[in-house]
Amino acid sequence: MNGSLFVNFPFIVVALLLALGFYTIGFKRNLIKVIIGVEILEGAVNMFIVALGYVKGGYAPIYTQAPQEAVGKMVLPTPQALTLTSIVIGVAVTALMLAFAVNIYRHYGTLDVTRVRRLRG
Amino acid sequence: MTTTIIKTTTRLLAPLILVFGSYIILHGHLTPGGGFQGGAVFASGLILLIVANVRDKVQKLFEKTPLTQLESLGALGFLGIGLLGLMSYTFLKNAIANSGFLFGGTTPQGINPGYLNTGGTLSYLNIFVGTKVLAGLTSIVLIFFLILRRERDEW
Amino acid sequence: MIEHLPALMVALPLFGAFIAPLFKKHYKGVSIWAIFITGISVVLSLLLMKEVVTNGIIMYVFGADKPTLVLPSGYAVPIRIMFEVDAMGAFMAISATLMSFVGAIYSYSHVKKDTGLEKYYALLMLLEAGILGMVLTGDLFNLFVFLEIAGIAGSALVGFRNYRGEASEAGIKYLMVSSVASLMVLFAVGIFYGQYGNLNLAYIAKNVSFNMVDMIALGLLFASFAMKCGAVPMHYWVPDAYTEVPAGINPPLLVATYASLYALFRVSFTLFANVVIDLARVGWIMSILGVLTMFIGVTMALIQKDVKRLMSYHAISQTGYMLLGVGVGLTVLHDPSKLAEFGRDAMAGGVFHIINHIIYKSLLLMTAGALFYVTGTRNLNEMGGLARKMPITTISFMVGAAAISGLPPFNGFASKFLIYETSYRLNPLLTVFAMVTSVLTLASFVKVFASAFLGPPLEKFENKREVPKPMIVAMLILAALCILFGLFPNVVLDKLVYPAVDALINFAQYHSWGGLA
Repeated sequence: MNGSLFVNFPFIVVALLLALGFYTIGFKRNLIKVIIGVEILEGAVNMFIVALGYVKGGYAPIYTQAPQEAVGKMVLPTPQALTLTSIVIGVAVTALMLAFAVNIYRHYGTLDVTRVRRLRG
Repeated sequence: MTTTIIKTTTRLLAPLILVFGSYIILHGHLTPGGGFQGGAVFASGLILLIVANVRDKVQKLFEKTPLTQLESLGALGFLGIGLLGLMSYTFLKNAIANSGFLFGGTTPQGINPGYLNTGGTLSYLNIFVGTKVLAGLTSIVLIFFLILRRERDEW
Repeated sequence: MIEHLPALMVALPLFGAFIAPLFKKHYKGVSIWAIFITGISVVLSLLLMKEVVTNGIIMYVFGADKPTLVLPSGYAVPIRIMFEVDAMGAFMAISATLMSFVGAIYSYSHVKKDTGLEKYYALLMLLEAGILGMVLTGDLFNLFVFLEIAGIAGSALVGFRNYRGEASEAGIKYLMVSSVASLMVLFAVGIFYGQYGNLNLAYIAKNVSFNMVDMIALGLLFASFAMKCGAVPMHYWVPDAYTEVPAGINPPLLVATYASLYALFRVSFTLFANVVIDLARVGWIMSILGVLTMFIGVTMALIQKDVKRLMSYHAISQTGYMLLGVGVGLTVLHDPSKLAEFGRDAMAGGVFHIINHIIYKSLLLMTAGALFYVTGTRNLNEMGGLARKMPITTISFMVGAAAISGLPPFNGFASKFLIYETSYRLNPLLTVFAMVTSVLTLASFVKVFASAFLGPPLEKFENKREVPKPMIVAMLILAALCILFGLFPNVVLDKLVYPAVDALINFAQYHSWGGLA
């Protein structure tokens, strides 16, 4: 157990989550579970970016009532901004996918992706 | 879903959540948070009200609420504030900061206790984004709620 | 005001999209509003092209004191979001605005009977804004955001006819593909940000070292954009999406697909342009992918009975030509003699084919939409003898079919000929496949023509008449463009295509923000 494992721990989790997400999208039959798979994938990517943005000894770039020693050690919050944007987009994507899922259930009477297949050929 | 416990808790919690959401929106330029986060908190308060009530009441309550218009208003406001920068600067330039308008107070340098009357266009953008997000998220959940409750009643 | 053009290009459709829901039930008002807004954006995009051709790359830095302030004093790296418009971006912007305009005109009567039209037009303009943002931006993360906007708006439009289960099925397929692809793009963006600490395309391109991690990023970007532009083997969403979407949305949706193709070119020509050795390999992969795409697409098209589905498979197959043309150019990008000999013309063929294909495929899909509007079916076996009932649709279809099969004097011939001529120089086998594909395309369109328009008039279509005027106007605009582009290919090539190709080749110009730093 050396230091590098601890530093790389978030990235290992990201890799696991990516694998889990792709597995869920590829092999689950329930449409809701597939949507959850996309969500897991999104979580993995978001976590990747946030983990990249971690600076040891850095302070959040907020001057409101900041501690005195934070001056000059504040980090650039770009990764956090990226993650936030991606979360916002993710909300829209999930809502739309769930809406499609509701509509599919109404018309097909099932959420099994192997049976939701009127378009083929 | 609508037991007495949930109803009572909602009655107590929802106003607090709404106030907290507004606080996060208004202080977006000073503390962590901002338009989207505050709007999401505000919307979660409204959503709590939605899920803790029966369908007919919810429908009656939100029939008159102009959610779509609020959403458009938020987006158009954002765009308008962005276009404000076109006057001699570029799109989204902070043209209001240090100008003396509302939210146009002098920006302090360095560590400060946080002055609400600063931030320029940032504060306006937060308010407009917050409006859009709270309207958008609430209408998403509302539509799902109305659809699913109706179908459960039918079956 | 002219220096604010890049920002206005995106702001205008967004403004239109946010006003649209306020119209509520005034469907006539909202459709005229959409035609108005998209019409203005066509004018803006033409102005933009004129600016770019005369003054070179246009920079637009958001939130700065003036639009060209790329590096504020004291900074060695760009810190703001910026738009960087070169001729290639302006070229795509023209296609996007033009097709949204035509689509809005066509939709005026095509979706008249549906409800929720204020949302339909809002999404149409949002899709346009997404495409425009994608092709104008000079920032990797911005590219991701606009990719997602275009993906969400596009898939919502695919599922617009929510009374059909198939529409929702196609919509969720498209959304799934586009969101997974976009997330992988975001992952690649994260890799770049972690290494170079910046998101500016030009800045990263200048510093890219092409180590192991960069290769992963290139692979991710290449795969996701190839997936979104419908290249084989990730083409399965294309026929579903194009078939189920209302025909008025087909033109902007096609441009959205090719905006991903644009992003693919941007990645390989701009982001990794300094990587000399491996670029030829990427070019070969692109060419072979192109040949596979065109061949598989056309063979799948031959067996279809649904007229729109058949045309959608042709859309896949035609994407192959663009990949082939530009891929041939990419293989010789760092070899000046070969580049001048055939590389530049190959890329011109590929880029010219983008706009040609957008025009004639939109035209064909619109005629298919017209057939559906009149007959209520898309099955070819149930149609017949419609030539007398719908003369203008028939003529439009003939123009489109001749153009897609590469018959002179239509526009498809001009670009396909450039591609044949140049890919032959790289490897004759590529050309053989391209020509066989073209012949098969002609065969399949002859089949459509024969079974839908020729034959004895059927009794059940006795009382059918030609489609309403707005649809005819939209189809005639595109048919006229098909013929004009075919008769005067040199004008289009000189004014639009070669500036775009030169913008891709002169990557150093892009890397230095048009000479500003």
